[in-house]
Amino acid sequence: MRRVLVALVALAAVPGWVPAAGASTGAPAPAAPQQQEPTTTTTTATTTTLPADAQTIGGFLRYDDENGEPVGAEGISVTIESADGSFSQTVESDADGDYLVAVPGPGAYTVTLDPDTLPDEVVLRNADRTSLDVVLRPGQSRDVLFPLDFGEAAKRNVSTTADRAARLAFQGIRFGLIIAMAAIGLSLIFGTTGLVNFSHGEMVTFGALVAYFFNVTIGWHLYIAAPLAIAVGALAGAIVDRLLWRPLRERGTGLIAMLVVSIGLSIVLRYTFNFQFGGRTRPYADFTLQRQGIEFGPLNIVPRDLIGMIISVVALVAVAVFLQRTRMGKAMRAVSDNRDLAESSGINVNRVITFVWTAGAGLAALGGILYGLSEQVSFQMGFQLLLLMFAGVTLGGLGTAYGALVGSMVVGMVMEVSTIYIAPEFKTVTALFILIVILLVRPQGILGQAERIG
Amino acid sequence: MHWSAIIEDTLRAGVGREAIIYALAAIGLNVHFGYTGLLNFGQVGFMAIGGYGVAISVLEFDLPLFVGVLVGIGCAVLLALVLGLPTLRLRADYLAIVTIAASEIFRLMISAPSWRDFTGGSDGLTGFSSGFYDVNPIPDGVYGFGPWRYNERTLWALLVGWTLVLLATLLVWLVIRSPWGRVVKAIREDEDAVRSLGKNVYGYKMQSLILGGCIGAVGGMFWVIAQASIVPGNFSPIPTFYAYAALILGGMARIWGPVVGSMIFWALLSFTQGVVNQAVNEGIIPSWLMDANQAGNVRFILVGVGLMLLLIFRPQGIFGDRREIALQDR
Repeated sequence: MRRVLVALVALAAVPGWVPAAGASTGAPAPAAPQQQEPTTTTTTATTTTLPADAQTIGGFLRYDDENGEPVGAEGISVTIESADGSFSQTVESDADGDYLVAVPGPGAYTVTLDPDTLPDEVVLRNADRTSLDVVLRPGQSRDVLFPLDFGEAAKRNVSTTADRAARLAFQGIRFGLIIAMAAIGLSLIFGTTGLVNFSHGEMVTFGALVAYFFNVTIGWHLYIAAPLAIAVGALAGAIVDRLLWRPLRERGTGLIAMLVVSIGLSIVLRYTFNFQFGGRTRPYADFTLQRQGIEFGPLNIVPRDLIGMIISVVALVAVAVFLQRTRMGKAMRAVSDNRDLAESSGINVNRVITFVWTAGAGLAALGGILYGLSEQVSFQMGFQLLLLMFAGVTLGGLGTAYGALVGSMVVGMVMEVSTIYIAPEFKTVTALFILIVILLVRPQGILGQAERIG
Repeated sequence: MHWSAIIEDTLRAGVGREAIIYALAAIGLNVHFGYTGLLNFGQVGFMAIGGYGVAISVLEFDLPLFVGVLVGIGCAVLLALVLGLPTLRLRADYLAIVTIAASEIFRLMISAPSWRDFTGGSDGLTGFSSGFYDVNPIPDGVYGFGPWRYNERTLWALLVGWTLVLLATLLVWLVIRSPWGRVVKAIREDEDAVRSLGKNVYGYKMQSLILGGCIGAVGGMFWVIAQASIVPGNFSPIPTFYAYAALILGGMARIWGPVVGSMIFWALLSFTQGVVNQAVNEGIIPSWLMDANQAGNVRFILVGVGLMLLLIFRPQGIFGDRREIALQDR
């Protein structure tokens, strides 16, 4: 039971994940105005027969008990007042925790819950939000929900800064791993070809969208959809290199011209995704509701995050071993270091570059899927990640694979941990600010080699 | 298809407000990229800082509009210094990354709820351009001929806007034919050679960044004053890419390149969007292929495709000279 409740709190702490307060109880929202059979309880005002076209304000007040079962909070007093003061009614929730009030018409209303009527050990998750404002349009009925927590979960809300820092650092590692996976390709492509690839964010989005297609549109489990999407993403990287970038390299197009071409490609791809996928953000079909977590000190890790992190670490270690141990990996580092020297010592540079594009796109696709799992899928998710990737890559040192890894982890950590001191809306600002500061003091990055130009 | 309506819209768009805004932004980029070879991908940051500079100084500090414009230009100079100091000694692509990052920083900060009282948050600000429309000398009425018929407000905005474009073009022409312009062009061609002649390359680059940024800021100020409102959503990275597309289309390192490029760019965008929208509405393009929502993406896709094709096949644009553009690595 303890675990479940802590999982709920942990979920609520993941920004942007819980779509609406109260939805994490897992209970379906009651279609309040359409209730065909009046409930048998008579303790509330809600059972009075309502005309079919009445406008109502209703909701359910539930919490998870010690077994993780949702329980309705009975007898909680809720007051609904119209903004102009002409209407006011107080009701008590019924045995299922439901309350429903018919209101005179459209307009602004304030719904106030009396915390003194809550059962023992049950508290409002957001203790300062006992009143919620709601605006009804003509003919509209609304649910107004007050998320409740029980027992341990209630105490969990009052956490120390150290606990919070630990939780944020954990999220930072998770986010940093995602950035790192996407950024390694960006860095290797820069290292081997000199191209600053502004369309790399779209490779992240592409992987996430292909996985969404297999997972939601076709209906395969993400365990099948994700590897397929990575394969498709890697193939797409190889194709883009073969059809676009290699011809450009062979005709001697300048690197700055190629940079602008990559911006053009990024715009084309992004709005093609928007065309196909639409502007909404959507979740994958699997791992959406994660309740059971693993407790680890102040942390509570849900399986989705745990699996994601394990996959990231395995992938990144594999990349490191590959770069260090295999012939192709050594060739990649050699081309990165000095392309002409590598070519003259017999390395097939074009093959290496195609391989870099394939692997980089595959990693970007994996990063996109994991990012989509933690934040949902949208057509511009990759573009939003792109500047953070640049920050990570520049921080670590442009063109170095390990630098991209280190820099991305730092960016992810700093972004999350900074929210202890700075409002969360500024965390991207913080990351990009670091990018500018690092260029000022150590332009070659943490792991890069100093190189004076000008 | 109502071809006459589409053609009229196209002709209007060619001289419309957007054409002015992006002409100014592209003139600034022309100084940066066309003449000096600086890869500024944050021109929208200069536009935004100019716009917010004028809006906040008028609303918050009760300054007259022209003082607000000076404040906006001052902010743009500051931004150029902040961007230039760390990056102008580094490779060109660092400047690209830092400028786009800085423009995003600025957009995120002005849309942040924390400073809503000051910046208006994501709703933006209104009510600062009365100083502009109050001095409108044109009496009420509708003026113009053919497709170009405007009321006194629009006409006033367009007249001022095109005057600004002409002034900016004149300024760039004067500056580029001066010794300063020759040094800057030499930096674009070979930075090391210029340095070996004892010129302070860093200083010249910084001056170029400031000059182009200020012209971009004037574009941003005209934008928000003419539309009488400012919202952070306007200042996503997309306008920078539009300005680049307009500049490259017209021809880099040419005095009239950005102006003509912007006019053609907006005429083309309006034309293609008009054709696509009508084709969708009249069912010529079947709805399973594209619906009205999806049609809005077509212009972006076209801009991207156009940018790629131009860079690959005709990087000098319509009027440019292939020998005079800095697209090689440095």
